[in-house]
Amino acid sequence: MSDTTTTPRTHPLVDGEVGPGCKKVDPIVVADGVVRQFGGLTAVDVAHVEIPRGHITALIGPNGAGKTTFFNLLTGFDRPNQGQWSFEGSSLARVPSHKVARKGMVRTFQLTKSLGRLTVLQNMLLGARDQRGEGLFAALLKPLWKAQEAANVERADQLLARFKLDAKREDYAASLSGGQRKLLEMARALMSEPTLVMLDEPMAGVNPALTQSLLDHVKGLKDDGMTVLFVEHDMHMVRHISDWVIVMAEGKVVAEGPPETIMQDQAVVDAYLGAHHDTDLGTLTNQQVAQIHEEADAERDAELEADGIEAGDEPAATPEPEAPAAEAAPEQRPEEEQR
Amino acid sequence: MDFLSILNTAAGEILSPTTAAFALATIGLNIHFGYSGLLNFGQAGFMAIGAYAFAIFTMMVDPTATLGWPSWLSFIAAILVAIVAAVIFALILGIPTLRLRGDYLAIVTIAAAEIIRFTVRTQDLTAVTGGSQGLRGQDYKGDIDAMNPLTGTTYGFGPWTATAYDTWVRIIAWSLVIVALILVWLLMRSPWGRVIKGIREDEDAVRSLGKNVYGYKMQALVLGGTMGALAGVMFILPRAVQPDNFATTMTFYIWTALLLGGAATVLGPLLGSILFWVLLSFTGGLINLLHGLGIFGAMTGSQAGQLRFVLVGLALMALVVFRPQGILGNKKELSFNV
Repeated sequence: MSDTTTTPRTHPLVDGEVGPGCKKVDPIVVADGVVRQFGGLTAVDVAHVEIPRGHITALIGPNGAGKTTFFNLLTGFDRPNQGQWSFEGSSLARVPSHKVARKGMVRTFQLTKSLGRLTVLQNMLLGARDQRGEGLFAALLKPLWKAQEAANVERADQLLARFKLDAKREDYAASLSGGQRKLLEMARALMSEPTLVMLDEPMAGVNPALTQSLLDHVKGLKDDGMTVLFVEHDMHMVRHISDWVIVMAEGKVVAEGPPETIMQDQAVVDAYLGAHHDTDLGTLTNQQVAQIHEEADAERDAELEADGIEAGDEPAATPEPEAPAAEAAPEQRPEEEQR
Repeated sequence: MDFLSILNTAAGEILSPTTAAFALATIGLNIHFGYSGLLNFGQAGFMAIGAYAFAIFTMMVDPTATLGWPSWLSFIAAILVAIVAAVIFALILGIPTLRLRGDYLAIVTIAAAEIIRFTVRTQDLTAVTGGSQGLRGQDYKGDIDAMNPLTGTTYGFGPWTATAYDTWVRIIAWSLVIVALILVWLLMRSPWGRVIKGIREDEDAVRSLGKNVYGYKMQALVLGGTMGALAGVMFILPRAVQPDNFATTMTFYIWTALLLGGAATVLGPLLGSILFWVLLSFTGGLINLLHGLGIFGAMTGSQAGQLRFVLVGLALMALVVFRPQGILGNKKELSFNV
């Protein structure tokens, strides 16, 4: 925004100049004026954003930036107060979530949603789309869906092998480890043959040993021609696999750029560390804190006097001295995660 | 009353049409709760809807008398009316609640079932529903009696002896149970059943995979409710229609039978219903016998009779503690904290 000296002004993915809300050469998702308010809080207020097709795009930002809410809006799990967005040219605004998924835009969840009391294979088969046997009446006649089911099982087995879950095929999903559930959720999403895979914090709670294989799987999606959009806090992962990074803060898209340079963008630094993170507050704390303490004591004494016999409520005056310190602290760290 | 006759009566419950009716209602509830995770606490309401729709149609329209239909056609028409009524009731319950979290359905269904009962009890509706007196059996049993191919006086042997009419009702009721069991077995091995079970586990996950969760929940509610309505019809065939038979107690009996046999199993509801009625009859007889021996002191016979519900309650508690998955349930499924 303010300082773009380190950010290249052009990029092969971008049509025109690089910047927040810039036009892409070949966008798969285009969103305009998407606003979601919760009471007085505006959680998402995205003026314009485009997701490049066939690439891995990371959506980053501090906690509470509205990344997951934006995800929910795009996939129909939440409804915006206003806004339009399209996926592969057709409008998806206010389309129910299951229809969004059928169009090829499939998501995973921050808190993994494996279906515990179904086996791993059943979890996978649930992902397959257009199943004849999913109609109430067709379900009664096995010959109608037997062949399709067999084909789906075969495809599920291939995916399970690719995600190294084939040994767990007949186990209940509830018996898998957290990382394996992430893998299962991703594999299940692939069963529906999506064109856009949206991963909400794919690395959250995954043990480091699995991280590399998960990263490879995400990169594999791109190699298979899919577009990936993911929310992530882990900057290593963002740098490692993404082709493009979109930064959100306080509901807005504040910066965009390639992963190599995005972290130098002034807007990103401000979003993560606060605009005044490099202002030296040392002198202020030494002198002024003492002064504030003094003022607070005086105020409390006055209050006690005014109350006379009653015991004054002391805590009322105490928060004041802490105020400058709280302001100085960085609000959130990117590694931290909300649970 | 000696011990042998207690056993005899209890064994008689195994094949009684009431047990069949309960098994049918429990199979329906199993579709709701066991497979789809829908907390339906108004299964008695579905039974009442079915029972009253069947009886009122037969009495008021009476196609056999007014249109000259053969009695089997009138009977089937009355059954269809009961099914349609249950479908409408399920839609009315489901449209506002199925989009909400599961607990709302529990509250709405338990209230709706009571609304049905109080409505049919209303004095102003006495001409139609019989008010709190209910409807006399002979007013709606004409068609089914006329259909009866059995001409002898009694059938069966030992504890399973019944009159021709009772035997005929048993044949119909248990046939329906078998059809319902086959239906559940066919559905739950199919992709449809997989979606339904997925919804039970996590509906958002299923939604994210492109399934219309609301539609599936509605289908499950209608299907299970229809079985409840048929259960209501079977329940009134051997007796009269009594509005207070369809109180919440009935719903909780059905839940007990389901948990006893094992939710989310095909045969669990059948086993649970049979065991529930056999045990209820057995403990009732036993307490009656002990009361005759003066064990309960100053208690009256009817007071002592209530003790069997204490025993049933204890049995249910023991079941939930020691075998929460029910008799036929899969232990493995419950070992996870999902």
